[in-house]
Amino acid sequence: MTPTPFEFKSRLILTELLGRRAATLPELMDGIRGVPLSSIYHHTHRFLQQHHFLSPEPPNDFAYWVTNMLNEDVAGEMLASIDVTQFSRLSDLRLRFLELLEGYIKGADHRIGGRCPEGEEFHFMSSRIFVVPTGKAASSVAEFKEILKTVSIHSIYFHMFEAKLRLEKGDNDFSTWLRRAGRESEADQISKLDPYTFTLEGLREKIINIIAD
Amino acid sequence: MASVKDYKDVVGTSVIEELYAVGEKAGALKIQHVNSTAVGGGVAEILTRLVPMMRELGVDARWDVIKGGEKFFAITKKMHNALHGVPETFTQDEWDHFIEVDRDNARQMNFENDVVFIHDPQPIGLVEERTHLNNKWVWRCHIDFSEPRENVWLFLKDYIERFDGAIFSAPAFSRPLKTRQFLISPSIDPLSDKNRELDDEYVRSIFERFEIDIKRPVITQISRFDYLKDPVGVIKAYKLVKRYIDCQLVLAGGGATDDPEGEKVLADVRNAADGDNDIFVLLLPPSSDLEINALQRGSTVVLQKSLREGFGLTVAEAMWKGKPVIASAVGGIPLQIKHKYSGILTHSIEGTAYWMKQLINEPSFARELGRNGREHIKQNFLITRHLREYLLLSLSLFHDKDIVYL
Repeated sequence: MTPTPFEFKSRLILTELLGRRAATLPELMDGIRGVPLSSIYHHTHRFLQQHHFLSPEPPNDFAYWVTNMLNEDVAGEMLASIDVTQFSRLSDLRLRFLELLEGYIKGADHRIGGRCPEGEEFHFMSSRIFVVPTGKAASSVAEFKEILKTVSIHSIYFHMFEAKLRLEKGDNDFSTWLRRAGRESEADQISKLDPYTFTLEGLREKIINIIAD
Repeated sequence: MASVKDYKDVVGTSVIEELYAVGEKAGALKIQHVNSTAVGGGVAEILTRLVPMMRELGVDARWDVIKGGEKFFAITKKMHNALHGVPETFTQDEWDHFIEVDRDNARQMNFENDVVFIHDPQPIGLVEERTHLNNKWVWRCHIDFSEPRENVWLFLKDYIERFDGAIFSAPAFSRPLKTRQFLISPSIDPLSDKNRELDDEYVRSIFERFEIDIKRPVITQISRFDYLKDPVGVIKAYKLVKRYIDCQLVLAGGGATDDPEGEKVLADVRNAADGDNDIFVLLLPPSSDLEINALQRGSTVVLQKSLREGFGLTVAEAMWKGKPVIASAVGGIPLQIKHKYSGILTHSIEGTAYWMKQLINEPSFARELGRNGREHIKQNFLITRHLREYLLLSLSLFHDKDIVYL
C-alpha cells in the first residue's frame, strides 16, 4: 500500500506572557480555570521543550510550583502524576487539574491558602506555534525511517506531541501515517508509547527501532 | 564577523536550516531597531550582531540610535533606577525634557518600516509617530521590571499600551497590560571575541599583563561599574573568603555612554578595596572583549552579585565557558541557573562568600556545575535562538491565530 507521502514538519515557538500570576493554591486554580487552553498546553510541555536533554523530565509547571514554592508536597505529587498521555483534549486535561486540586483542598488536614515567598509567584504563559516545512518527505516506510534519523528533534516533537494534544488529532502523526501504509502493528506500538518518559533523542531512537526494515 | 552558517558547528545543522526557513518567510519585512547607545551595554552588543544576521537571512533590517544630552541621560538613568525599584523623584521639567528629546529625535528619523522595535525606555516616546503610519511597533524591555516605582511605571505604561506588543526578558516582569506580551530571553554570541574559544597561552598572557597570578584562585565579576551590580558587596564577600583562602578578586568592566554614574561607583570601589594588592579593579575600554573572555576563562569562580538585573548576560557568558558561576537570584538569572545543578544562586554577601569557599575547595563539584551550565546555555541562550524569536515575533504581528502555518 502506498499512502500519500509523509511531509516532515517542524515547529518553532514563541512564548507569550499573560500578565497573570498566582501566589496561593486558590489563585493557581483561578488561573488554570481562566487562561486559554494554549496556556495549559504550555505549562504541561515547557520543561520537555527547554530541557529535552535531561531525563527523566521534570514534572509539569503546576506540580513543580506547588511542591517547591508552596511546599504542598502531596498536592504537587498528585499534579505530577497526571498521565498526560491519556488525554487527547486540552479541555479535559484542564478539568483533571482542577478536579485534583479541588479534591485535595476539600480533604486537606491543614489550612490551604498560604502564600509563596515573594518573587516566586506562578506566572501564566502560553505559546504561539509556528509550523514550518522541513523540505523532507517520505514516500515509503524505508524512506520514512531514514529521514527520522536526521530530522530535527523539533520535528519529532511536533508530530508526536503537538499533533495529538495541541492540534487535538487524537493520535500522533507517525502512527496515523504508518496505519495508512499498512503497518498496523508498528503504528500501535508507537501510539502506546508514553513519550513523556523519554528524552527527545531517546524517543527518536525508540521509534526507529520499532519500525521494521 | 561570523556568518549565520558558521554557527552550524556550535548549534547543529537543523537549527540553521530552521533559521533560513523562517528568514525566507520574514524576508519580505523591513525591520527597524532603535535604541540609545551604539556602544557599551548589553543592548548595543546584541544589536551589533542581530542586525547583520537578519540581513544575511534576507531581512531588510536597520538600526538607528537616538541622540540625547547629559540632562536627558541623567533623567533616563533615574528612570532606569526607578524601574529597578530605587525611589527617585522627577520634576515636571524632567518629564517634559524627556518627551521633547524623543520628539526632536523623531523629527530627524524615518519609521517607514513594517516593524519598529524600540529598545528600553529612552526612545519610548518615538511611538507617538505611529499615528502617521500603518505599521507595527514593539517595545523591547531589557530591564528588570519586577518592582517598578509607581511614578515611572504610570508614565511608561501610557506609552507601552500604544505598542502592538511588549517583550520582556523574564516572566516576573510581565504585568497586566492591554498590549500583548512576549517572553524573549537575551542571548550571547558564541563566536564573538567575548565568547569564542581561546588558547591557554593567550589567557595566560592576559593575566600576566594585568599582573594577576593565574596559579592562585581567581574570583571574577565582569560588569560595568554600577551600584546595582553591587561591586562593594563583592569586595565584602571576598574579604570573608580571604580569611581562609589565599585568593584574588578581579572586578572588571567598562562604561557606557548613557551611564553618567559610573565614575562615582568606581571611586567607591577603589576606596573599598583599600589598597589590597590582590584586588584588581580594571576599567576596560570598549574594545576589550578578548581580555574579558580571557579573564573569565582563567578564573576559578565567576560571580554576578547584582542587586537587580535585566537578564545578566555575563552569567550566560561565564556558563558558556564552562565556569562555575555564583549569582544573585534576581531578574533573569534564575532562568539561567538552576541552583546546585548548573550554578549557584545566592541572596546575601555571606551566602556568596560561603559558596565561593565551597567551589574553590571542591573543584570536581565546580566542574560539574560548569558542564551542566554550558549545556543549558547551548540549548536556550545562544544568539541563534534569539534571532529566530525576533523573526517569529515580527511574523506573528501579522497573524491572529495561536498556530501559524508558515
